[in-house]
Amino acid sequence: MAKGLNLSSDTSLKPDFKLNSPKTWFRTAIAIDSTTTLSRRHIYILPTRFGWLYGLLLIGLLTGSINYSISLGFAITFLLAGLGLIGMLHTWRNLANLKIEAKRANPVFAGEQAVFEFNVIDDSNRARYSIFAAFADKESDIQDIPALGESTFRLSLPSQKRGWLKAPRITLSTEFPVSLFHVWAYAETENQCLIYPHPSLRSQILPSADTDGATGQLSTTQGDDDFAGHLNYQFGDSPKRIDWKASSREQGMLVKQFQGEASSTLWLDFNATTGNNIELRISQLTRWLVDADAQQLKYGLRLPQHSIQPNSGAAHYHQCLTALALM
Amino acid sequence: MTNKAGTQTNLSMHAIIWLLLSLSITFTLYAFNLENWVPACFVVFAIWRYLIEKNNWSYPTLWLRFPLTIAGGLAVLLTYGSLFGRDASVALLAVMISMKLLETRTKRDFIVMVILSYFLTVNILLFTQAIWVFLAVLLALTGLTACLISVSHQSMQTNISTQVWKNHFKVQVKLAGKLLLQATPIMLVLFVLFPRIPGPIWGIPQDSYSGMTGLSDSMEPGNISQLSLSSKIAFRVEFKSAIPANNQLYWRGPVLWHQEGRRWQMASDRIPLPMETLQTSGSATDYTITLEPHNRNWLLMLDLPEISASTLPAEARVKHDMQVLSKEPIRTRIRYQGSSYLQYKLGAELSEHERTLALQLIEDENPKTRQLAAQWISEKKSPTAMVEAALKMFREQEFVYTLAPPRLGKEPVDDFLFNTKRGFCEHYASSFVYLMRAAGVPARIVTGYQGGEINPNGNYLIVRQSDAHAWAEVWLQDRGWVRVDPTSAVSPDRIEMGIGAALTDSDLLPLLSRQDYPMLKHLYMNWDAVNNGWNQWVLGYDQAKQLALLKKLINKDIAWEDIGLILVVSMIALMLFVSYLLLSNKGMVLNPSNRIYQQFLKKLAKAGVTKLKHEGAISFGQRAAKTLPNQASEILEISALYSSMQYAKQANSKITNIQSLNLLKQLVNNLKV
Repeated sequence: MAKGLNLSSDTSLKPDFKLNSPKTWFRTAIAIDSTTTLSRRHIYILPTRFGWLYGLLLIGLLTGSINYSISLGFAITFLLAGLGLIGMLHTWRNLANLKIEAKRANPVFAGEQAVFEFNVIDDSNRARYSIFAAFADKESDIQDIPALGESTFRLSLPSQKRGWLKAPRITLSTEFPVSLFHVWAYAETENQCLIYPHPSLRSQILPSADTDGATGQLSTTQGDDDFAGHLNYQFGDSPKRIDWKASSREQGMLVKQFQGEASSTLWLDFNATTGNNIELRISQLTRWLVDADAQQLKYGLRLPQHSIQPNSGAAHYHQCLTALALM
Repeated sequence: MTNKAGTQTNLSMHAIIWLLLSLSITFTLYAFNLENWVPACFVVFAIWRYLIEKNNWSYPTLWLRFPLTIAGGLAVLLTYGSLFGRDASVALLAVMISMKLLETRTKRDFIVMVILSYFLTVNILLFTQAIWVFLAVLLALTGLTACLISVSHQSMQTNISTQVWKNHFKVQVKLAGKLLLQATPIMLVLFVLFPRIPGPIWGIPQDSYSGMTGLSDSMEPGNISQLSLSSKIAFRVEFKSAIPANNQLYWRGPVLWHQEGRRWQMASDRIPLPMETLQTSGSATDYTITLEPHNRNWLLMLDLPEISASTLPAEARVKHDMQVLSKEPIRTRIRYQGSSYLQYKLGAELSEHERTLALQLIEDENPKTRQLAAQWISEKKSPTAMVEAALKMFREQEFVYTLAPPRLGKEPVDDFLFNTKRGFCEHYASSFVYLMRAAGVPARIVTGYQGGEINPNGNYLIVRQSDAHAWAEVWLQDRGWVRVDPTSAVSPDRIEMGIGAALTDSDLLPLLSRQDYPMLKHLYMNWDAVNNGWNQWVLGYDQAKQLALLKKLINKDIAWEDIGLILVVSMIALMLFVSYLLLSNKGMVLNPSNRIYQQFLKKLAKAGVTKLKHEGAISFGQRAAKTLPNQASEILEISALYSSMQYAKQANSKITNIQSLNLLKQLVNNLKV
């Protein structure tokens, strides 16, 4: 988690597309039925600096051949010129007609790197080599794609704001096989990553259940409970609470259950947070949520619109964070 | 726009190997043309660079590279006396490329290196354009392209297995070959149609043609025997009619008038002399000569040419002594047609001026020779008798025809005629003319080539530098200039059968001019026929040939300017065609089993079952079987077979694959929906 990230100053977010940037003038392939296809209308091509150097080489060879009247010089010069042109077509087709499919992205907390994954698929029965993918020339990944196969590209982006983060436009490019031409295309995918709110850094003590009338309640104190019995392991249960000895004796995993825990319920209430800034209050609530989960407490979440009944475990934890992220 | 650096993982070893391999080919070619230390320098730096890569040594620092660069430049300067000129600049480029190997690390370095190496490799054509050189250049270009491909193939993978690593070599060279093959049609169209401008556009370095051999404008004892050691081809001749006998094949080159010590020179152009008259008899011999470049103006013709009936290159002129000169030195292979008469009478009248020139001798030299001449004069011998006497002397005394004559002393003619008596054609011709002039008979030396070798494979004559010859012409009243070949008096075989038969010490001669090794000779003749075609159609392809070819193709006269238009139109058409082939997605390559499966899909589609895009063969088969229960078993069998063929391709042997392919074909053909 990034330290010292000041959320309050980040309310105005930088747009993904700059209208004044010439790059936005280019045609972008868009996703249809969750698949983006780079058709030939989306492919752009320009010589690289090596391409220009190669052009200079050809001019030099041609003038030399004319000046010295070397017939074979003409032949080789034209062969190299042909190589350049064929190389151009090969570079172009190395990128053309690729398909891009978005994959699900794992949620992260605001401030962390959101990792987007997408499959790039070849269905033209041609292996593609050295395909670059990048977000606005920053993060890049490079992969080969087998003929009639696919490769997974992984691009990350720093997340800033809670909620859904749509993957920005991807630039796919290649210079294979001759590095004389740069071929690129812009593609939009349906990749999106859920960004949980950033947990506030001030580690405040969890609200106590003792305070009557308080909205955030912690019914019992933890730590001195008596062992009450075993429960079957459920996804999200802490490994610390697994009774390894008992599990090895019985079939399946068992989790130790402590006295009083079942009855102690912590309500994390939006109204219990203070301050004027909603984002800061959500941040505070997130911190409690994270702490409560770390302490393996049973907790419920009460938001202005709706509330989530107390529970524990990973699924519950993510459900609560999602509710906060999309609030 | 460029991809970021930092992904330079594992590019180096493939690239280094390709680069060093291709440069090795290039430098091997240069080993024949540049000073030996230049390729040696490459070998040192190449091995060094390879060891750096292999053993992870550190790259040499600037403090080492800088003095090395200076030293390389100095070495070129010292060897070639300059940094400019053809040889020096190519050597400099070669040395600098060798040294740059030591600082070639990143993708950028490699690509710049490959482009420089392309340039260096093509530059070999300044020195030689033989077929095998062309093939070697193609090989080097393929390697360099493979290097370019290996550098372009960036990947995140750092640890790949040796098998995959080796496989990359194959993939890279295959792709390089493919790219060059696909470039060939473009090359052909451009080569045929690109308008040829007769060069040069600007000056050419002095030493550009230093490698060319041929007759010089002067002659000294030793000149022609030196030339005879070269097996290089001087020119080739195709005859329209039968090839004349060997002893008639005198190819006329520079005519030498002026004597100065042991040196004979052409008459100065400043003295205007009347054109010698020419009367011909018999029938003309028509022929076409393809002259190799020799960096001089001589256009060789069969003795004696009828200029008006010959098709000479533009601006060629004929000197008064029937020597044909081009305006510019011959620096590219040219073709011209000649028409000659073997029976003729040249120069019926001899002007006073000509007589003076044809009798010119430096005074007070060779007293013994002069004494012999004076004796003949006192005997009141006729000029014809004097010629006879001289030839008789050569014939009857112990004169020897040899490529390795002893050095002549201060009085060269005396020394030769009365002392050593061993010499090559220039010794005989010059001493004969000297003797004639001393005796008051107008005489001159003609240099050129004598004889030639018939290539039965192409029915043409090959004349080599080893056929270089010198003979004499004497002017006789009523007969004009008469050719006298004193060499024939000493060694009739030379004139009748060629140089290989005439010399006893023939091992000095180039292998191919000798008479032994008939098998080798036979092979060589085939090879030369190929070479001749190469010369005619590839190396000799110029503006005239281009226009002639287009005329043949289009059946219409076209102007030089129109070629540009034809070129543009053809290139556009070709590029559209090539782009369609390469880029159209329909051109998707299907393997045989794919193709049969497509037929199967078509059949089912007609019956109303269409395969969904992301449906596997098996699941589609199951769905189709449910819809078409009557053909369920066949459909399932086809699907299973196809699926197994798709995924077990590598595992099975070739035979199993063919068997299952046939089975699949049969099943699909028998399927009735």
